[in-house]
Order: sequence, then structure tokens, then C-alpha cells
Amino acid sequence: MPEAFVHAHASHCESGVMSSLLRHHGLPISEAMAFGLASALSFAYLPFVRINGLPLVSYRMPPRAVIKGLERSLGLAMRFETFRSPSAGMERLDALLDSGNLVGLQTSVFWLPYFPPDLRFHFNAHNVLAYGRERDEYLISDPVGETTVRCARADLERARFAKGALAPKGLLYFLTKAPAAPDWAHLGRRALARTARIMLAPLPFVGVLGMRMLARRIERLPLADGGESARLYVGNIVRMQEEIGTGGGGFRFLYASFLQELAAKTGYAALEGLASRLVEIGDRWREFALASARMIRGRDALSPAVLAARLRALAADERLFFQNLHSAQRAWAR
Amino acid sequence: MRERDVPQEGNRTLAGHRKAVYAIAEDGKLRLVPSRGWEVEEIVTRQAVEDLEKRAMEARARVLSGESSPLEYHMYRARMDVELLSQTTGLWRWRVRRHLKPKAFARLPPALKRRYAEALGISVEALGKAD
Repeated sequence: MPEAFVHAHASHCESGVMSSLLRHHGLPISEAMAFGLASALSFAYLPFVRINGLPLVSYRMPPRAVIKGLERSLGLAMRFETFRSPSAGMERLDALLDSGNLVGLQTSVFWLPYFPPDLRFHFNAHNVLAYGRERDEYLISDPVGETTVRCARADLERARFAKGALAPKGLLYFLTKAPAAPDWAHLGRRALARTARIMLAPLPFVGVLGMRMLARRIERLPLADGGESARLYVGNIVRMQEEIGTGGGGFRFLYASFLQELAAKTGYAALEGLASRLVEIGDRWREFALASARMIRGRDALSPAVLAARLRALAADERLFFQNLHSAQRAWAR
Repeated sequence: MRERDVPQEGNRTLAGHRKAVYAIAEDGKLRLVPSRGWEVEEIVTRQAVEDLEKRAMEARARVLSGESSPLEYHMYRARMDVELLSQTTGLWRWRVRRHLKPKAFARLPPALKRRYAEALGISVEALGKAD
């Protein structure tokens, strides 16, 4: 068993796993830092990807962006393995744990019995760490949980080999060499540029333009059925923003925390002001969520136009914010 | 969001767990704060869960009136749809859709029934009934 693994509570599974994994190998890095350096903040509205009939709305980059992004930018020595047969996948995990490795696993939330029943949907890209095993139970550090948990072998096998979109195929990963201390300023500059570029990209489905497109779609929601389908549509957006491990405000607070920390680490004070501004934008996102929820519950009359207007205002705020972030980044580079 | 404004509303969807959010502490720094939940989250999560439960109950009524096979009920109960069940079992979508009819379901060979039961995480006996 790895000596003294320390569990840490996190808001998001992937950044939480990477933060714990790197800290265990001697590189202290917060969840926010892991998230920000991997340029994981984003916005995407993908109407052609449907889950239970509702379009995909995401406030971050696709799954594995944090792991892969950090692997690249920190130059980590990592190994990734997938398996065709579940038994081979479990044997390999046992062998790795028995030789003292801390192992990251991709799992399906639906098959993890320790998860609250209401949150168990078929989401196949949930990341957890395995830090040991005792007989038929695995010792699991799930970053979104406050404490470590135990998971029976059969359940973990199911969760690792769930099928469907983003099927994990038993994916496990671990560090093969201790990470070197990075040049925070250099990596930070690059990460900021990447995020600004994505948020301001001239592509219809992502970033600020994605928000505007979603606003247009909300405006045109049909109300002929008494608004039931419109309520489900709006509820799905809010769920992606607040309930799916985002740290609140669709990852905006988490990213603001990254900006603050980067400012403290590098002494580049301009990032402080940007962090405060992003917290305000995160608060606006929370207000959007609150307004939506009140309409879903019928406390306020359902008005797609009002929600669309809020979303447009947010798009305008974020456009300005990421333009400022971009100029701050350029000024820093010089 | 300020640390003192972090909602602690005891969501039942969290089943006693606390989730991590980020908020501004007294010293102006953002930090991780455990939250017992916000009603907004509970509303949208319950909405999604209730929608799936409603689909399962409607399917159950169709099973009892002989319009659907129990497979449809179990599919929704496992929070799946035809697309996902097809991916999980490795069967074509049109075959899954056919097996949602009582007639085709009654003729299923035991091997296919096992495959469905396995994918849904239930026993073969349970698959044959809608309760």
C-alpha cells in the first residue's frame, strides 16, 4: 500500500484526481491549479449529441482534457492502459496496487454503489483513485466525496467496464516517475492563452458564441405542451452547470480560484482583479440557475425570453472578460 | 459567492453527503467550502430523476395492458433508453426496439434474455416481470 495516502475533497472528479495523484508523488498542486493549467474551462452547446433526448451542454472541456492537458504541460511520465477483458483489467489493477501504486480509474457513476441514488446517471467518465485493497474490497478515494470509501470488487468491475458513450474500457492510469517542479509562470501564460482562445473561438457551438446559440434555442422552445419539455430542457442546462461537480457557477468559481493562486505564485497582480471579476460572473450564472429553477417549479411564470436574455447578458460579460484575460496574458508575455 | 452565502439546505438528492463548492472567505481568498446542497440543484436533479421514473411507470402500465414487454419497463428503471441499451448489449437498435414488444420478447432465446439481464444488472427471473 502506498505510504500515507491523503484524501482531499474536490469539486470536480478529474482535477481532484490529478491534484491528489501529483501531491502524492511530491508535487503539491491544488485542484484549481490542476484545472486551470489544463485549460479545462470552456462552454459548449452540442445539439447533435443527445443524452436521454436532451442536448449536451458543458461548462468545461471534454472528459480526460485535464489528465491529458497536465500530462503534456507538466511533462508527466504517465501510463494509460485499457483492457479488452474485465478479468485482465482487474488483475492488472490488483498487481499495481499490491506493488504500491496509486491508480486512477475511469468509471461509470451509475454502477458505483456508494454514490447517492439520485445522482447515479449513466455518465461513463467519472474518475476515482484506488489506493489499496483488502480482500474483496477496494479502497477508493473519490474526489467528490468528503472521505474515502470502499467498493466491492464486482461493483468496481462493472463500473470500469460499463459500455456506451465514453466507455472507459477499464482505463487505468498512474505515474511512472515523480514529477519535476514546473515553471508556474510559463505554464500559466500558455494555459491562459489557450482558454481565452477557446472561449472567443469563431465557432458556433463553443465559448461565447455557443452561449448565444443556446440563448437562441431557449427563445424558440415550444410551449404548446404546457411547457413540460421546455422545463426539462432548461433543467438540463442548470444540472450541467450546478449539480455535475462544477464547484458552483459552471466551474467559474474554480477557475477564479486558479487565477488568484497563479497571481500569488507568480506575483502577476493583474490576475487578482480578473479573479474578482470572474467571481461576479459566476454569481450571475448562479442567478440564471435560480431564475430557471423557480420557473421549473412554477414559482415564476415560465418565460424562455427572460432566460435567453440572461444568457445573452452572460455571453456579453464573458466576452469582455476573456478579451481582458487575453490582453493581460499578452501584457504578461512581454 | 461569499463563504457565508454558501447554501446549506440539506438536499435529499445528496443523501447526507456534502459537495465541494468554491467561495470567497473573509480574507478575500477563494477556498473550497463543503455544502449540504442548494435547493436549485435539488429541483433540477429531482426533475431529471422524476422524468425517468415517469417513463418507467408509463412503461409499466403498458406492460400490464399487454402493449409492451417487461424489457421496456426495466430499461427505463435502469435509467437507460433504447440507444444506451443497444450499446450496452451490443445488439442493433432495431432489435432492441422489437424486443420491447410482448410477442418478440416472449420468443427470446435464454441467451439473449441473459444478455439483457446482465446489461440491466438484474436476474433473468426479474426481467420477465414488471415489478
